[in-house]
Amino acid sequence: MSEDLLLAATDARIEPSGARPISSGRRSLTVLLIVVLIASAWEGAKALFSLPDYKLPHLLAIFAQFGERTQGGSGPIWAVWMVQNAAVTFGEALSGFVLGGLFGCALAILFAASPLFERGLLPYVVGSQTVPILAIAPMVVIALGRLGAPEWLPKAVVAAYLTFFPVTIGMLRGLRSASAESLDLMRSYAATSTQTFVKLRLPTALPYLFTSLKVAATASVVGAIVAELPAGSQHGIGVVILNATQYYNSNPPMLYATVMVAGAVGLCFYGLVVVAERLAVGEQRLRDVG
Amino acid sequence: MNDDGRSTQAEDMFVRPFSAPAAPAPIIMIDRVSKLYETGSGVVTALQDVSLTIAPGEFVSLIGPSGCGKSTLMRLIGDLVQPSAGSIRVKGKSPEQARIDRDYGIVFQAPVLYDWRTVRKNVELPLEVMGRPSELRHTRTQAMLRLVGLSEFGDSYPWQLSGGMQQRVAIARALSFAPSILLMDEPFGALDEITRERMQTELLTIWGDAETDTTVIFVTHSIPEAVFLSDRVVVMSPRPGRIERLVRIDLPRPRDITTRESPRFFELVTEVRECLRAS
Repeated sequence: MSEDLLLAATDARIEPSGARPISSGRRSLTVLLIVVLIASAWEGAKALFSLPDYKLPHLLAIFAQFGERTQGGSGPIWAVWMVQNAAVTFGEALSGFVLGGLFGCALAILFAASPLFERGLLPYVVGSQTVPILAIAPMVVIALGRLGAPEWLPKAVVAAYLTFFPVTIGMLRGLRSASAESLDLMRSYAATSTQTFVKLRLPTALPYLFTSLKVAATASVVGAIVAELPAGSQHGIGVVILNATQYYNSNPPMLYATVMVAGAVGLCFYGLVVVAERLAVGEQRLRDVG
Repeated sequence: MNDDGRSTQAEDMFVRPFSAPAAPAPIIMIDRVSKLYETGSGVVTALQDVSLTIAPGEFVSLIGPSGCGKSTLMRLIGDLVQPSAGSIRVKGKSPEQARIDRDYGIVFQAPVLYDWRTVRKNVELPLEVMGRPSELRHTRTQAMLRLVGLSEFGDSYPWQLSGGMQQRVAIARALSFAPSILLMDEPFGALDEITRERMQTELLTIWGDAETDTTVIFVTHSIPEAVFLSDRVVVMSPRPGRIERLVRIDLPRPRDITTRESPRFFELVTEVRECLRAS
């Protein structure tokens, strides 16, 4: 038995999957290589097909946009002003993410508890996602605006509309993924269904939940931006996109720079969910579930 | 019954609600139980007219080829499935009542550990579900981990342990609340032969050391394993699943490596093998 213990103790220290950790030097080299590749493809295409600036501006011109003065030279530089706008969008997306996440989980729990509800409601849930968000957003913005809701709320609702669906589907799958034997065990302990839910189904569902939360994180940013597009909004990436579209002919790099910021917000959000996942689920289980 | 060497196999197959005064009252009585499964291609008879009585503290193995219903019989006793006909009494109660009274500890072929819980928390799980106070949970868990030789691994996670150690955690978990009946469904089936033999010896030690008189129902398809562990081996045959023979194992306890090398061990292994071949 003692050899058995020893073996296991050493086993634990070796990477069980056999995956070698990538060195940080190698990693930054790869990142740099990818950046160089994209940049050369961009500028190469521009040179090769002699694309004018209004079709494809120079990368440098796009980056220069971040240093431009706003409000005719009196305001902060564009990057700072953009961070303020991005923060507004991020706040809306986050509120929507939380709202949609909670609603999505609640639906999943309801469906898991009652197949009748699932059969009755799932078609509407799926149907809701085939309606273009561009059509829904103005309705929500106008309706909630009339009711005197604060400016961020309609955007959060639209973000939640895109968020809840992947959460419902992922969570439902997770809640149903407990093995028959682990359920038999709970049965043999004469556990109540609440105990089985809390001690078995919920922890089993966690990795699935986080997978769908990652999808939902980026979707909620899209939802918030789209909801900023209808008239009436003051701040946010969506407002800047409208603005940049208007001035596209005179200043094409601005739209590209704005899109880059939108992408960065999505990335940040995704990163936050990944960090939360590591904390909640743990390294090893992530590897097991894949 | 298990200490009455003269009782014949034929007698054992009959239900005797109150058997000979010398023998203790049976803990499990299975009376003409059948189990049918509805499948896409019709009805399958998993078990037909099975009767068996098991004495308290007895170690009984169910052995037979796949499809003989040995797992089904174990699951019927444990109230994990319901019989189609016949009756089962456990400690004079229905299996359901026995389950509610937490009379069963179960060990499956896979350890089925909850991988988000440490070893200690896994062993504690049944006690937690049963609402035992935390102090008692702690001392029980400590004692169980000592029993299976994993005292130093309480704070490890299941994936940090070898297969044999994981199965020991599963056994510790099953015994943590001192159930009177231990149901084991091919618990060593996934282990290599060397670990497997060591685990068998350890199981007998644990079973002998347990503070209560634990009855074990052990499902296996390994003949030496069944012979080494059991007081009685129930030989089953398939299509439809039924009991073919009961073989009493009169090897002295405690059993160890010398037991495996004794001529009587080989005789009994041969006897069980021939029963299986005849079926």
